Amino acid sequence: MTHQHPALTAEQKKELSDIALRIVAPGKGILAADESVGSMAKRLNQIGVENTEENRRLYRQILFSADSRVKKCIGGVIFFHETMYQKADDGTPFVQMIKDKGIVVGIKVDKGVVPLAGTDGETTTQGLDGLWERCAQYKKDGADFAKWRCVLKISEHTPSALAIMENANVLARYASICQQNGIVPIVEPEILPDGDHDLKRCQYVTEKVLAAVYKALSDHHIYLEGTLLKPNMVTPGHSCPTKYSPEEIAMATVTALRRTVPPAVPGVTFLSGGQSEEEASINLNAINTCPLVRPWALTFSYGRALQASALSAWRGQRDNADAATEEFVKRAEVNGLAALGKYEGSGDDSGAAGQSLYVANHAY
Amino acid sequence: MTHQFPALSPEQKKALADIAQRIVASGKGILAADESVGTMGNRLQRINVENTEENRRAFREILFTSDTSINQSIGGVILFHETLYQKDSTGKPFPTLIKEKGIVVGIKLDKGTAPLAGTNGETTIQGLDGLAERCAQYKKDGVDFGKWRAVLKITSTTPSQLAIQENANALARYASICQQNGLVPIVEPEVLPDGDHDLQRCQYVTEKVLAAVYKALNDHHVYLEGTLLKPNMVTAGHSCSKKYTPQDVAVATVTTLLRTVPAAVPGICFLSGGQSEEEASLNLNAMNQSPLPKPWKLTFSYGRALQASALAAWLGKSENKKAAQEAFRKRAQINSLACRGQYVLSGKTDAAAMQSLFTASYTY
Repeated sequence: MTHQHPALTAEQKKELSDIALRIVAPGKGILAADESVGSMAKRLNQIGVENTEENRRLYRQILFSADSRVKKCIGGVIFFHETMYQKADDGTPFVQMIKDKGIVVGIKVDKGVVPLAGTDGETTTQGLDGLWERCAQYKKDGADFAKWRCVLKISEHTPSALAIMENANVLARYASICQQNGIVPIVEPEILPDGDHDLKRCQYVTEKVLAAVYKALSDHHIYLEGTLLKPNMVTPGHSCPTKYSPEEIAMATVTALRRTVPPAVPGVTFLSGGQSEEEASINLNAINTCPLVRPWALTFSYGRALQASALSAWRGQRDNADAATEEFVKRAEVNGLAALGKYEGSGDDSGAAGQSLYVANHAY
Repeated sequence: MTHQFPALSPEQKKALADIAQRIVASGKGILAADESVGTMGNRLQRINVENTEENRRAFREILFTSDTSINQSIGGVILFHETLYQKDSTGKPFPTLIKEKGIVVGIKLDKGTAPLAGTNGETTIQGLDGLAERCAQYKKDGVDFGKWRAVLKITSTTPSQLAIQENANALARYASICQQNGLVPIVEPEVLPDGDHDLQRCQYVTEKVLAAVYKALNDHHVYLEGTLLKPNMVTAGHSCSKKYTPQDVAVATVTTLLRTVPAAVPGICFLSGGQSEEEASLNLNAMNQSPLPKPWKLTFSYGRALQASALAAWLGKSENKKAAQEAFRKRAQINSLACRGQYVLSGKTDAAAMQSLFTASYTY
């Protein structure tokens, strides 16, 4: 406990820190395009498209074909394993398309949730076996950051102390292995929005979870300046009868972070967790105009909330590809503004942007 | 773990946050005048003054009858129990004298160290028994904040996991009880400067200690916005052969704090730990000039480093009162400049100011 056995050299630290800062540079956030095959099934099902590898490739191509406008609002893209090795129609690897835009490539490395016996339906996340070798390979193949999602749920008796501690520990092990291989770990301890709990309950649980996460990161000697956090915003549960304004959500979220996330962490990239595209942007904007002191970048790492309109516009038709790409660029720019606290809202709550993207018990 | 049972009402929280903000208002720090009887013995012995209750009272009177303008540099004074109930020569109670200047009154609450069996000479702190009742009484008697000093030491085998965890836990219990009774707890986990370890070692240990402290505070539901931290600066051990500049100390210290202290904590008031008056001011100044972000106030809670010159000027003689007050006023003003990064060293060195105030294995 008393002697340091440095986990990283000064050069390794600098590399990690530089990557993290590039991803969350002012006005930039992350496109989470790392849906597993199973999750893509749900997305494609909603627009009546068959879940084939080719359709998944075509769809990601729509996103990655975005023009240079995305350079100023997208700092990183998270890939699923399959996608890392796919190419565009003209044979350009997707990884290269992204890097050519000056955007950092990331990779989802967890292997999904597994049950914690003796708990009320709680889980931990697997994926540590051989993670070192996988990270080393992904680094060679162009990835500079990774993502690992843990899941906690609020109910009468959850999250339990075990679930909090176990998920925090596994996040710290993952983070440690990533950093050893030159990969910035995005640490994602998602507290699901399922339930009828109010805003305060979510804030309380989020504070407890994040405190445990950062203690575990400290115990595992993680270099915080070379990490990012991907938390839920603090919101009421989906079935909560009380409605809250974006300012209330912002205040609860920023307060929770101020009490738990060390200022050394360069950026907090929120998950959208089933919020509609517009909601996710409005809330992010409110977070960035909150009057409390915010020592980290506060930006987005959105999946559904960046892609819903694009998916709707595409509907699996090649002819719709350009229109779909345009929808994506629009949401990306809106969120880039929100990350700077400069988004004034569309005023338009209809269509795909306003539609709640909540999927019960989102496992992936 | 999942349901909040609020420890404090919103009114209680606001009262605590307001007190904390007043203590660390811009340009202000704390005079730690809470030396126990034994420790005052050490101080008075150095100037050949007998350690009587009257002499202790007389010296504190010199400090507390300083001109009211001292309140621009001093936001709070920590008193020892005996001193809280002493009066000046006109019969005015010391707390009244201090509060009239708009300075917040604090009280040392711990009851000294107790050994941790099975460790290499490590300790925890006692004082929890009846603490709630003592806090309630002190609050009635004019006190608005408390102080509790835990002690850790760096050697080849310490601090141990037990010492870190036990001291963090005791600090959290103390903090919880204080807040229940309207007192802002100053949390002091001092890592002693004894030893020949280098700056990096102190940084590593301090990071582990502070991470444990903030996890314990979170576990004990302590309201961070209504607390203050009183840590050691990150410095090399006293017998370390390598010399470091104030800038080295500043970067190591601020980096440590960025990695461990949530932004919700309003202020960090460093202990001087045996540094000379001048050293303590220069180091604090370097921190406040550092380009690293500082989401909390960085200020002082100095005992020896505010009083050494005053003691040397006093020498126990009432005719030296003005000279002693001037010496105290000067150090207070210098430290006020230092907490705004505006202290410019004049080049004049003053023997008492430069004299190292290190006492081996300082227990109080």
